Amino acid sequence: MTRKQRRLTLIGFAGAILAIALGLVLYAMNDTIVFFNSPADIQAKNVPPGTRIRLGGLVKEGSIQRGDDQQITFEVMDAQSEIRVHYQGLLPDLFREGQGVVAEGVLESATVFRADSVLAKHDENYMPREVADTLKKQGHWQGEANAAPKTQ
Amino acid sequence: MFVEAGHFALALALGLSLIQFVVPLWGARANDPVLMSVGRATSLAVFVCIAFSFLALTVAYVTSDFSVVNVVANSHSAKPLIYKISGVWGNHEGSMLLWVLILALFGAVVALARNSIPLRLQANTLAMQGAITIAFLLFILLTSNPFTRSVPAPAEGQDLNPLLQDPGLAIHPPLLYIGYVGFSVSFAFAIAALIDGRIDAVWARIVRPWTLGAWAFLTLGIAMGSYWAYYELGWGGWWFWDPVENASLMPWLAGTALLHSTVVMEKRDALKVWTILLAILTFSLSLLGTFLVRSGVLTSVHSFAVDPERGTFILGILILIIGGSLALFAWRAPLLKQGGLFAPVSREGALVVNNLFLATACATVLIGTLYPLALEVLTGEKISVGAPFFNFTFLPLIVPLLLLLPLGQTLAWKRGNFLGTAQRLYAVFGVSLIATMALFAFEYGGPVAAPLGIGLGVYLVLGSLNEIVTRSWSRGTPLSVAWRRAANLPRSTWGAVLAHAGVGLTVIGIAATAWGVEGLATIRSGERVKAGDYEARLERVMPRIEANYREDVAVFTIFRQGQELGSLESMKRLYVTRGMPTTEAGIMTVGLGQVYVSLGEVAADGSVGVRLYYKPLVLLIWIGALVMALGGGVSLMDRRLRIGAPARAKMAPSAAVPAE
Repeated sequence: MTRKQRRLTLIGFAGAILAIALGLVLYAMNDTIVFFNSPADIQAKNVPPGTRIRLGGLVKEGSIQRGDDQQITFEVMDAQSEIRVHYQGLLPDLFREGQGVVAEGVLESATVFRADSVLAKHDENYMPREVADTLKKQGHWQGEANAAPKTQ
Repeated sequence: MFVEAGHFALALALGLSLIQFVVPLWGARANDPVLMSVGRATSLAVFVCIAFSFLALTVAYVTSDFSVVNVVANSHSAKPLIYKISGVWGNHEGSMLLWVLILALFGAVVALARNSIPLRLQANTLAMQGAITIAFLLFILLTSNPFTRSVPAPAEGQDLNPLLQDPGLAIHPPLLYIGYVGFSVSFAFAIAALIDGRIDAVWARIVRPWTLGAWAFLTLGIAMGSYWAYYELGWGGWWFWDPVENASLMPWLAGTALLHSTVVMEKRDALKVWTILLAILTFSLSLLGTFLVRSGVLTSVHSFAVDPERGTFILGILILIIGGSLALFAWRAPLLKQGGLFAPVSREGALVVNNLFLATACATVLIGTLYPLALEVLTGEKISVGAPFFNFTFLPLIVPLLLLLPLGQTLAWKRGNFLGTAQRLYAVFGVSLIATMALFAFEYGGPVAAPLGIGLGVYLVLGSLNEIVTRSWSRGTPLSVAWRRAANLPRSTWGAVLAHAGVGLTVIGIAATAWGVEGLATIRSGERVKAGDYEARLERVMPRIEANYREDVAVFTIFRQGQELGSLESMKRLYVTRGMPTTEAGIMTVGLGQVYVSLGEVAADGSVGVRLYYKPLVLLIWIGALVMALGGGVSLMDRRLRIGAPARAKMAPSAAVPAE
């Protein structure tokens, strides 16, 4: 092989791998990305049923119902609207009424959501960031009463 | 008083690192050996100052000195001693202090390795280490001072985040940081080479042990973090493609590529410019990881406090160091003497392929991690890029790499013969294929991924070991001779074989997760929950009170096909000071697999939500990582790296262990 051929082999090979990677990334971007929505967003944007989304908001007071074998339903609300969430599994430790929550799953209809995972705040100081931002945007942010230690 | 002394020592370290940056650099420029050697003394002094400062903070934690804000916010007098000590870095300020402590430690070890590194290269390298130290000390002193006093001092602290009250905190951050920060040495050497405009095989031989050490520690740190998340978070997963995990995976991928490209440079004096670029990129990714985790742009258990000022500061450091080094690279790299090109089918060609795949895979992880942040800044749209994205992009790039790995390892340098190489692996191909088929037949109807993945893992393990066999044994060799030959193979060969076999073990562990089963139920005492062949019977739930938490303990008896295996405990804890509940999964190891029981809520009527998992071979995921790191360690003991070529006789023993 001449020097030129060797160089071309290398460049060709590198180009091929990069092209494959780029193709995979672009395809995956279309297919696997999940958008974050609040209940109000779902109504405003008219998100079609069957879409996979992350739903975030506050757990409505008094809305939690427990069935057999960890079947749970609760309502996630923001300032404007609310949506019923069905979930089967163990709830995170910091899942509470009136607290922020993010659920990932599939929208079944405009008002029903089936979650396959539920995340709450990871410690007592913070809201899920997306939820905090949404509440701020809607003007319902009161700050968290027992927010981060004031000393930090 | 001691606390103020710690603060002062930190400021003193800043002043000293300014000297460490300026004087040796100037000395190298003026060709003055006295000025150049100033770097050594100052980097030792910087280390001593920072170590003292770290000690001062540790003492404040151990003695529960609640006049220090940092201690108040993260400690409690009733906390067990080990968490008082590890709590020093279980918060933003303290973890940054640990970061610079390790940075300074590496600077000091470079300074002590005086006989194995040419003076000029050492001076420039220490100057670069000094520059990085300056940036991070300024960050700590200006935005994250751990020594701030709280007036008046409260009587009791607010306790450490309960998720962090775990032996994992004592091990995971130091290992990870030694890895992250260790790459700063390769980076500093690369910049020093650019400044000097000279780079050769000697440079590669000097840098390789540092990269190897950093890589081995990063491997351990990531594995430890993964195991910790697995048992602490109670979701039974070992990798979540969480941005914070990706932040540690990216430098690991780039570092792995760097490790391999340095070999080519050392053996064949080629790939020089690429190696320099990789050294810069690897440390840049470490810094990016620090930025992502410490700035609060990501919410996770790792981001201790969200403070925009800190984020901006770290972003500034990031731009300065990465931008500066890449600009220097663009300016100086064309001046470096290019190495030769080589045949595509050869060991070095295979290593180039390795680098292409690793770098591309690293780039896809980078895109997946940064894209949501970029999109949110540009459009305000919030998205999440999760496991499906990474499985779809990362796996197709890594699997071909793994398939080629044993071939590349077997190829000869300079001019390889593809068919001849494949021939030497016939037995390996055969055995792996038979293993895959057997698993298919045995688990007929089960998931396809498991047999395929395990077959790949077996192929990797055997393919690596094959190198030892073919190099020490041929038909007719007595076993004792073969044994002696194998023992006499270079340590670096054994290291590579072990590391690659470790990859195979991890692949087997990951593939076997496809066989995992789980069950979910709400049960009372005496009732059972079932997952595949396994069953857990809830015996009782009892309360227990410890120093800084109280817990409900659920005792389970585990059965396999009706046969009793033993009992385990899962806990639901409430940490009193913070009022924060946590779940402690109950884990029983059965062979290389684990039975994992996670608790949900304990209802007033005594019923408990229980999730039972059985995860076959799951331990191999982490055992594989341990074997990889062990391979790195064995390779470090190679004679070639141990003995500095220019000063064979005077070699100080301290210089022989660059990884520590």
